Parts: sequence; C-alpha cells; structure tokens
Amino acid sequence: MSDLAHSGPVVARTRPQIGVWAITLLVGLFLAAFLVVPVVSVLIAAFQPKGGGGFTLVNFADFFANDLFRRSLWNSLYVGLMTVLVSSLLALPLAYFTTRFDFRGAVLVQTLGVIPLIMPPFAGAVAMQLLFGRNGTINLLLDDAFGFKIPFMEGLNGVIFVESVHYFPFILINLSVALRNIDRAMEEAAQNLGSSGFRLFRRIVFPLAMPGYVAGASLVFIKVFDDLATPLLLNVKDMLAPQAYLRITSVGLADPMGYVISVVLIIASLGAMYLSTLSLRDKDYATVQRGGGGLIRRPMGRATAVMAYGTIGLVLVLVLAPHLGLFLLSIATIWSFAPLPDAYTLAHYGKVFSDSGQYVTNTLLYAGLAALIDVVIGTAIAYLVLKAKTPGAKLLDYGATAALAVPGVVLGIGFLRTYFGVTLPSGKSLAAFWGMIVLALAIRRLPYALRACTAALQQISTALEEAAQNLGATRARTIRRVVLPLMTGGIAAGFVTSFATAAVELSATMMLVQANADAPLAYGLYVFMQSPAGRGPGAALGIIAVIIVGLCTYLSNRIVERDQTGKSGAP
Amino acid sequence: MSRQLSSNPTGILIEGVDLAYGAIPVLSDVNLDIRPGEFFAFLGPSGCGKTTLLRLIAGFNQARRGRVLIGGTDVSGLPPWKRDVGMVFQSYALWPHMSVARNVAFGLEERRLPRDEIAARVDEALDLVGLKHLKDRKPSQLSGGQQQRVALARTVAVRPKVLLLDEPLSNLDAKMRVQVRRELKDLQRDLKLTTIFVTHDQEEANTVCDRIAVMAEGIVQQVGAPMDLYDRPGNLFVAGFLGSANIVAPLEISDGRATLPGGSRLEAPGTGEGGRLMFRPQNARLAAPGDSLSTGRIRLPGRVVHREFLGAMVRYGVRVEETECLVDVPHLGGEPAFEVGAPASVDVDRGRVLWLGA
Repeated sequence: MSDLAHSGPVVARTRPQIGVWAITLLVGLFLAAFLVVPVVSVLIAAFQPKGGGGFTLVNFADFFANDLFRRSLWNSLYVGLMTVLVSSLLALPLAYFTTRFDFRGAVLVQTLGVIPLIMPPFAGAVAMQLLFGRNGTINLLLDDAFGFKIPFMEGLNGVIFVESVHYFPFILINLSVALRNIDRAMEEAAQNLGSSGFRLFRRIVFPLAMPGYVAGASLVFIKVFDDLATPLLLNVKDMLAPQAYLRITSVGLADPMGYVISVVLIIASLGAMYLSTLSLRDKDYATVQRGGGGLIRRPMGRATAVMAYGTIGLVLVLVLAPHLGLFLLSIATIWSFAPLPDAYTLAHYGKVFSDSGQYVTNTLLYAGLAALIDVVIGTAIAYLVLKAKTPGAKLLDYGATAALAVPGVVLGIGFLRTYFGVTLPSGKSLAAFWGMIVLALAIRRLPYALRACTAALQQISTALEEAAQNLGATRARTIRRVVLPLMTGGIAAGFVTSFATAAVELSATMMLVQANADAPLAYGLYVFMQSPAGRGPGAALGIIAVIIVGLCTYLSNRIVERDQTGKSGAP
Repeated sequence: MSRQLSSNPTGILIEGVDLAYGAIPVLSDVNLDIRPGEFFAFLGPSGCGKTTLLRLIAGFNQARRGRVLIGGTDVSGLPPWKRDVGMVFQSYALWPHMSVARNVAFGLEERRLPRDEIAARVDEALDLVGLKHLKDRKPSQLSGGQQQRVALARTVAVRPKVLLLDEPLSNLDAKMRVQVRRELKDLQRDLKLTTIFVTHDQEEANTVCDRIAVMAEGIVQQVGAPMDLYDRPGNLFVAGFLGSANIVAPLEISDGRATLPGGSRLEAPGTGEGGRLMFRPQNARLAAPGDSLSTGRIRLPGRVVHREFLGAMVRYGVRVEETECLVDVPHLGGEPAFEVGAPASVDVDRGRVLWLGA
C-alpha cells in the first residue's frame, strides 16, 4: 500500500492508478496460485485417465461401480441431512423461546450459541465416546438402573450426535437473527385481518424466517460433509471426506479416486449453497420491512416456562458434555468402563508442555500469519470493490468468496497435486514446507475476513473520504488517515475470527502436514487421540485449544462492541 | 362496485381509558364518541399517545382502566383477530413473501370464505385502489404509493367495521401525499366507513377529516371540527398546535378587566390570574406610531424585529415588551411599509381575541 502514497492527487474516481492496478494484480495472482490452480488441477485430474492426458469419465464410472464409495457417498449424505435434522430439533425451540417471550433465560441461550463453536468437533468426539459410548458414563448408569443401553455413539449415530451438538449454533444464530429482523407490524397486520396462533405462525412468521433457517442449515450440511477428523476419530471410515484422505495418503497422489471424491465433495457443497441462495431469491425482505423489532413478545406462562427451562437445561447439558468430558479426560489417570475417572492428575498438561510445546507455538504462528494475510487481502479487496471500483475487483470478490465452496480436503489435495513436484533449494518438496499450511489456512478463512472488512468499509460514508480529499489529502493519504482508522474495529474482529477458526482447522491441514515438528495443535490432538495412552495428553491439548479459541471469541466480541459504542455518537 | 364493500357504518365509543407502559402513563382518562361514518383524526405531536390509542382500538394494547365499544359492543376483552377492525400500518406491513393478490386474499382466507368469493373480492378491492393490473407483483416491486394502496385494499377487502389509518401518508413524498389524501377522502365517502386517521400533521387532519381530537401528553385536549378548533381553541396548546398563534400575557387582571402592554384595557370575563390573550397573525394589523386607533381595537405598541416575504403576504415579527407577535400583512404589490427596527404597533379587533387559560 506504500507505493500508493506517492501516486499524486486524485483526478477522478473513474481513472484508477498504477498502485490500484498493482494491488488488483497481486491479489489476483495470490488467488490464482493458491485457490484457482489447486482446485482446477483437482478437477482436471478427476477427468483424466490414470497417468494423465485426454478426457475420460471412466474414473466416475469406477467410483460408482465401487461398493465402498457408493456406501460412503450415501453415508455422507445421510449424516449431513440427519445432522441438519437433529441440529434443527435442538435449535428451533431455543430460537422460538428467546424471540417470542419475555424470557430471562435468553442470555443463557446466547451463551449456548457460542460454547460449542469454541472447540473443534473432533476434540469432543473422544470425550463424547466416554460419556455416551457403549461403555460410557450414561450407558453404564442406564444399564445399572434399568438394564438397557442407548446406542448414541454406534457407527454413524456417533458422527451425527457429535456434529449436531457442535454445529447446531449455526442454525440457532441464523434463525434467531431472521426472527428478530421480522417487522412486528407483519404479525400485527395478520392478527388485524383475523389470523392467530399456529396458522399465523405457519403463514407469516415461518415463511419470513425461512431464508435465515436455510442459510444456517446449508452451512451445517457443508461443514459436516467436509469434516474428516470426526468420523476418523470415531472409527467411521466409510464416508466421503475420510475416504479422500485415506486414498491420497495410502494409495498416493496418482490415484484418481481421491480427485473424483473431491469433485463429489465440491458438487455437494455447491448444491447446498445453491439451495440456500435459491431460498433467498426474490426475497429482499429488508427493503420491504422497515420496522424490525422481532415478534410480539409475550410474558411466559408457568407451563411454558417449565418447558422452556427444561429444553434449555437439556441442551445445555448436551452442549457442555464434550467440554466437561474433555476436561475430565485431561486430568484423569485412567478412565475406562467407569462412569467417572479412577483418579486425577495434572501430568498430562505437564507432558504436553514438555514434549509437545511445538504444537501450540506452531498453531499460534500459523493461525496468526494466516489471519494477517486474510485481513490484508480482505481489506484490499473490500477497498477495490467498494471505493476504487476497479474493473475486475468484483471478480476478486467472487473468487475469494468462492473459497467457501471448496472443502478443506479438496484444497489440501489441490495443494499437494500442484506443489508436490516443486522442489525447494533444500531438496524438500514445496508442498512439505510449513508455509503451505499457512497459505491453505489463509485461503480457507479469507471469505470470513473479507466479509468483516467489507462490512466495516461499507459503514464509512464516501462523504468522509471526499471531505479529506477536499481538504487536500491524496487518495492514498485518505486511506491511511481516514479509512483505515475507521476500519480498525472491523479489521480486528476479522483478524480474531480468522485466527480463532484457523487455530482449530484440520481438514486441509491434515493433508499438508508432513512432519510432526511442523504440525499445529489440531493435528497433534488428532495424533494423540489415535492411541488410548495419548488420550490424556490429547485432552489436555484440546482444553488448551478451547481456551485459546474461547479467549479469541471473547476478544473479538469485545472489539466489536467497543467499536460500535465508540462510533455510536457519529451520525 | 364500491357499494358492495360498504356496510352499515359503526360508531366507536371510548370510555375513561387509562393506559400505561410499566410505570409510564401514556393515556389518561380518554373519552371519545366517534360517530358512525365519520372521518375522525387523532392529531398531536409525537409521543402524545395517538398511536397507542389507535392500537388500543385494534386490540394491540391493553387499557389499565376503561373500555372500548365498537357498534355498542364492548371489545376490551377480544384479541386483535376477533375485533374485525381494519388497520393500515404506518410501514404498510405487506408480507414480502406473498404477491399483491395473496396479500389481499389473506384476511378473506382467514375468514374461510369460498374460493370464488375470495377471488371476486380480491379483484374488487384491487379495482377500488386501481391496482388490479399489478396483482401478481411482489410488494418489493411496487412504489411506496402503490404499496400503500395495496395495504388499504388488503384492509377494506375484509369489510371491517371500522378503518384505522396509522400515519398513512408519512412514508410518501410531498406530492403523493396531497394526491393520496384526496383519494382517501373519496374512498371513505364512497365506503361510508367509520375511519380514524392518526397524524401529527395539522394540514392533513384539517383537509381530510370531519372532526379532530387534539392530543397532548396522553390527554385529549379538545374535540371538534377543524375550523372550530382553529377559531375557538380551548387552551393554549390547541391554539399553538393548530396554526400560528400570538399569546400575550396581560400586565394585570382585576375585576374582569385586563391591562395590556402599552396600556390598552380590555374586558376579560371569567379570566383569572394566568389567563392569556390569543389572536391569529392574520387578524392583526400593523400601524405606524402616528396612526389613529380605530374604535373597537386594542393596540400593542412595539418594534419590528424581523420580516419574511412569503409571496402572498409579508409576515412581520413585532416585539411587544417581552413577547414577540406575528402579523401577516397581505402583499398587494409595492414596497413593504415597515423596516426592521422601525417602531410599529399591533392593532387587533376586540372581537377577534380570545382569553385562554394556561
């Protein structure tokens, strides 16, 4: 951005300058090298015969001829849809209670919405096994008391259960926002015309909240479809993402099946995203609804209150279960075939800090660098799109956002395919260089950072910039002295969000980690959890991850809040 | 066509209504008798309780005391969906997920009418507002004025007993506002529908309504026809809210006679301490110090402090002791006679002044 500082006064907005062009080009090259080329190379490989050259559909025929792959595809779809269903069952009543009633438990529900997100789902998987598994706490107690067990964690059930408890907040948050944005007059107008009760809910409230629900549901589906660590930790191998990983790591990069699975993963996530935009089409509700204010609030009757607190209590227990289990595991000597651990110790934390400190430092380094790249590129794209309006800027915006549709497994495979053959001066492959993990994380989190930066920039009125230019500031100096200071809050929030989510990302990372010394925390956690002896230290590592992400989430909320109160005085 | 939509007009009676939001009183002892077929306005500044009162009639608010009768029936215990009062919301509240026709059909469907009757009445209502050709559009594809008409059609389609309009013109631009208020008046006359119009704009209330209730601080200040309220305001608030008013404090009141600034003496029957003299700017004349005082007039001597040329007239501000009086002088051509700073007195007919309590 410093080359912009000497580019002279602004003549007209329609004539972009060399500096702006240079930035457009650099961002474009970045996206091309680390998003477009890897993904396209995967697509090409899927349609090429083994060994390369020509075009063929034979790989897809092989895929569908194979019993294991067909079952994996079906299982992934089944788990994705069932997770959406179970998450909805958890989220719907909570969203309804908090938006419909004057309800003191609302704060509790808001907290519920964040807790699961501050832990990677696979970290909780092992803990859930100990609490809800065949010989876990709950089933041992049930067996003792009533003589039966519930197969919460058997096979696909386990994946669905763990993912639902982890991802239901996406539906809760989106649905609550949608309900809260409904103009109160929408409901009153219906009542005025004779509608009430469930009919009113079905005809007015539900359709208006539908886009929010679908957005949340499709996000859950995409996340679950792409998750490979949770099924692997629960020893479920016949799902698509785990299969892609296993093919590439066991059969090798030349095997076309990994690429075919990648294409199927991309199609599935594009399909879910398309469904979500479809439900939003022609529904620019915000322009018609002026008031907002949400549903008409009612005081809660005794029966409803009992039901509401009962539901919240149940969900709260479920949501806290993985955290609690993980914590117990991290301080347990032995915990097997018993409702609670036999004895307690702090040795696991000691082991993590003495032997595996590199996991923590690597994570801080990788996630920090990735978040930095994200906010720099995010700010640049936001500025190019909203203010400089360079031709091609929109394309960069679309490109960066398209990363949302690329499953982490696919990006990892793409990186391997594109950069494995490139050799560094040291003789190692470029794909084995830890910097590649950083770049993959940066691409994965870019859409979120970009959205935060765009939102921050959108709030800055053009008149503020024009005033600076009118008083003699060049475009570059205007950016530095007016635009960037006003964006700080948004950029900081974007950084922290990117950092926190990158710190627990595993799908892409798992493909790219070549040496234990280069591995981040999430990978270390995964490795530890593979063996029974590693579970204690693994859990300790998981608790450390929870603390890091929790602190970041808190920090980002504080930044956003302070930013908003700081600016509320301005018109 | 519109004959079909009209019904026997229904009156609304509001008796002794008190309403509070928590500890904050919003309406105090409101009593109103709105006659069948009347076009009635609740007029007042924002926060005066006019919308709260309207929403009370529709059933969206609960009174702490008092009751609301529609057509002689107490509706205080009925929920909004059983009251059969039509309300047009300030934001129109058109449902964005439904087409224009579906919006209009909604209330009829809730009343479980046969399908062909619903279709006929949707067409009839849209015809009435001249939007039949847009029935398949979504609300977001309509202009503000069109949305307003759809909201109106949606409400009258159910043939409500009374029609409630919450600031219906506030989201329209100035030109549309004049047009729509004429249309509203015509429509109301055709439908013979008892209608309540909430507004903070005295011009809207004056032009459209048969009678107005002027409200302030949760209290009905005065009820009357627009011209009566303007000519005979009951208190200082009504005088000041409806048009410009000159308010002059007398120097002294004793034995039913008041002494005014400048020495004029005037009958002040029944006016106690704190009574004020009120007159309209167009009822005063401006006189130079030497001019003789016509009989039947009082004189308030002062000095011109500002002058605004408004085209048809010139509005002078004259400082009389502590108060500033406005005087409107018709502009018939030629130069204005008084410069800012010149001494001038305000002359008013004794018959054109009113004594008002505080």
